[in-house]
Amino acid sequence: MKARVHITLKNGVLDPQGKAIEKTLGNLGFAGIGDVRQGKVIELNISETDPAKAEAQVKQMCEQLLANTVIENYSIELDAA
Amino acid sequence: MKAAVVLFPGSNCDRDTLVALERITGQKPAQVWHTQTDLPPADLVVLPGGFTYGDYLRAGAMAARSPVMAAVKKRAADGAYVLGICNGFQMLTETGLLPGALMRNAGLKFICKDVHLSVERNDTPFTRKYATGKPIRIPIAHHDGNYFTDDDTLARLEGEGRVAFRYVTKDGAPNEAANPNGSRGNIAGIYSDDMRVLGMMPHPERLIEPGLGGSDGRPLFEGLMEALS
Repeated sequence: MKARVHITLKNGVLDPQGKAIEKTLGNLGFAGIGDVRQGKVIELNISETDPAKAEAQVKQMCEQLLANTVIENYSIELDAA
Repeated sequence: MKAAVVLFPGSNCDRDTLVALERITGQKPAQVWHTQTDLPPADLVVLPGGFTYGDYLRAGAMAARSPVMAAVKKRAADGAYVLGICNGFQMLTETGLLPGALMRNAGLKFICKDVHLSVERNDTPFTRKYATGKPIRIPIAHHDGNYFTDDDTLARLEGEGRVAFRYVTKDGAPNEAANPNGSRGNIAGIYSDDMRVLGMMPHPERLIEPGLGGSDGRPLFEGLMEALS
């Protein structure tokens, strides 16, 4: 099963990279752009076939390594295909 | 004072740190490889600067989960002093030995220059040889030194006197102009709640004698030697 982890900065955490992207989008002529936030996507294959167990495993990975929960939120997507 | 310096793949300030410690303490520090699960006897454990694991995922994230870090955590719990410089500070926040996180510099650029720091208190083994109210000059060299923590933790750090160093102007003002990287409260270094763990972004090991351009880093190691011998 494939797992996809989305990692984003928590609200209130300054994201200078997001700000720079927002500014450059403005420079390129994209109007009405706001609140650009940059994050990460991590994909992995997991041999566990039970979705609940797989999600629990990926959650542990997030807590222990993939995300820094001081500054980041994460969400997990599972794809059985 | 017995010191141990931990080496990781991608550490690059380990040699400066070893030389500084040896010159000042007169004893060769132990070198510990990141795969070791045990530390030699040491009063002080130093996590040196560098770019361990290429800063992959987050600066210090991989090193903070390497086998040796369990031993460092245990040693800290047993009362040893731990100093994390630059990447070492990032590791200390990633392991949870210190609160907060070091984020990308607010200006997005890698910054390598001398900065002025205030010594917030001089009643710890790390700072006893410094005078408060007299800024010191120490270099920084980092891309991710922007100290962030939530309001509650920041208030706690301030209230408990756990800010070790702040970025200040040459005259000692902790204002925005003196803040190189966007750190909250101009924080350049913090202590653990028992004041035995210090994480700092600036590099005291790089300025230990006038021939290197200055010696404001030297009192930190001298103070430790005096206090821990």
